[in-house]
Amino acid sequence: MQDFQHSFTYAFRLVVQADATLLEIVSLSLRVSVGATLLACLIGLPLGAILATRDFPGKWLLTVITNTLMGMPPVVLGLLVYMLLSRAGPLGWLEMLYTPGAMILVQFLLVLPIVTALTRQIIEDSWQEYKEQFRSLCLSNTTTILTLLWDTRNGLLTAALAGFARAISEVGAVIIVGGNINHLTRVMTTAIALETSKGDLALALALGMILLSIALVVNALVYSARLRVT
Amino acid sequence: MKSILFFIVTCSLTNAAIASQKAILVQSTTSTANSGLYEYLLPRFEEAHKTQVNVVAVGTGQAIRNASNCDADVLLVHAKSAEEKFIEEGLGVKRYDLMYNDFVLIGPENDPANIADSITAADALTGIANSSSIFASRGDNSGTHQKELGLWLEAGIDTKPHNGKWYRETGSGMGATLNTSIGMNAYTLTDRATWISFKNRGQHKVLFEGDAALFNQYGVILVSPEKCPSVNAVGGQTFIDWLTGPSGQQLIADYQLDGQQLFYPNATTD
Repeated sequence: MQDFQHSFTYAFRLVVQADATLLEIVSLSLRVSVGATLLACLIGLPLGAILATRDFPGKWLLTVITNTLMGMPPVVLGLLVYMLLSRAGPLGWLEMLYTPGAMILVQFLLVLPIVTALTRQIIEDSWQEYKEQFRSLCLSNTTTILTLLWDTRNGLLTAALAGFARAISEVGAVIIVGGNINHLTRVMTTAIALETSKGDLALALALGMILLSIALVVNALVYSARLRVT
Repeated sequence: MKSILFFIVTCSLTNAAIASQKAILVQSTTSTANSGLYEYLLPRFEEAHKTQVNVVAVGTGQAIRNASNCDADVLLVHAKSAEEKFIEEGLGVKRYDLMYNDFVLIGPENDPANIADSITAADALTGIANSSSIFASRGDNSGTHQKELGLWLEAGIDTKPHNGKWYRETGSGMGATLNTSIGMNAYTLTDRATWISFKNRGQHKVLFEGDAALFNQYGVILVSPEKCPSVNAVGGQTFIDWLTGPSGQQLIADYQLDGQQLFYPNATTD
């Protein structure tokens, strides 16, 4: 019990003092995970919409694969991206390993299937309902997809938040491709893993509480923005 | 897809630009990082040489593998035979002794296997095996794990039949293994620096220490620029020269935690 109390005061003190290292770590966490989520939405939303509205050979397989990839273990994806970006790997010349860019890439790949699969389901439900109407209006494919995306925006926002949640909370992928380098690639989750390995459980838990609070603020901001639009 | 690639490439380029004066990438064992040694040393090096040092702290086994993939300029680990193999394979230029400390056997305060009175480390392990007391092994091919396997060999005990029973491999880093061994009241082998800087000690304490077999030597190696053309050889060698030179060695000797010296410099200048 004492540990919990200790963690609360620890967390509170870190936030109140606006600890410089903490701010740096929080800001990198947000940049990496928000960046990865935005990129995943940029690709995943239209991709999901196309999967939902178009018929083509292999559609069934592609849908099943996308759904499966939602369960990709971060550490496996981290390993794959490490092997790609390693100096000994095919993309080694990019010199991206152990940079925030590599962390965005790996989280983007982690979030993409989530956004795509959820978008596909949300759009498909709406598409089934309005398919005939769209056809009778003779709308172009692009217009149809844009209309559907706008129409289902609240559901899609939740899909994006699910993707963000996955990104901000994972440690297995970013620790391999980022390396948890102090002042360069250390984010909240890798810092928590580090403090746990140092046996400083109170600090690790305090960082965990701060991470959750950040997720809370992001969700609150998105939700209030949503209320205003609708 | 193009925009994504563009974004990511720009990201990595800007980062490369920030870290100009080409940063030095070190693959390191965890004990040197967890004990806060780098936070003490690196700012002083960075100030003197205007070069940033980036440390990736993983187990010795993984550090060597990453360096073999050319993902390092400098390797700083503690498993001499593996380091020598690294040099023999042409992956590293030269191995320098850097510093040492020792391993200790920690365990529950009441010492059910009664290892505190042992004469040698091998005796202590024999005591643990004979009483079937729980022993937590790293099981991750790290420097500490390799040392532990050597000690079992010396004691003439085959742990294989007991694996999963009293002999338990955590397959994790030193910190995680310590957390586990405190949770299951187990004995474990740890380097002294990690133990001194470890905060979740519970009722565990150092029960056996001082055998020469528990010597823990750290070495530092420049990754071969011939094998890996991407290696920052100039920066890496500058860092090694600094570490093994008077200022690095003095700082290593000066570094203390809770009033205890963690590492003893022993680089030989040649």
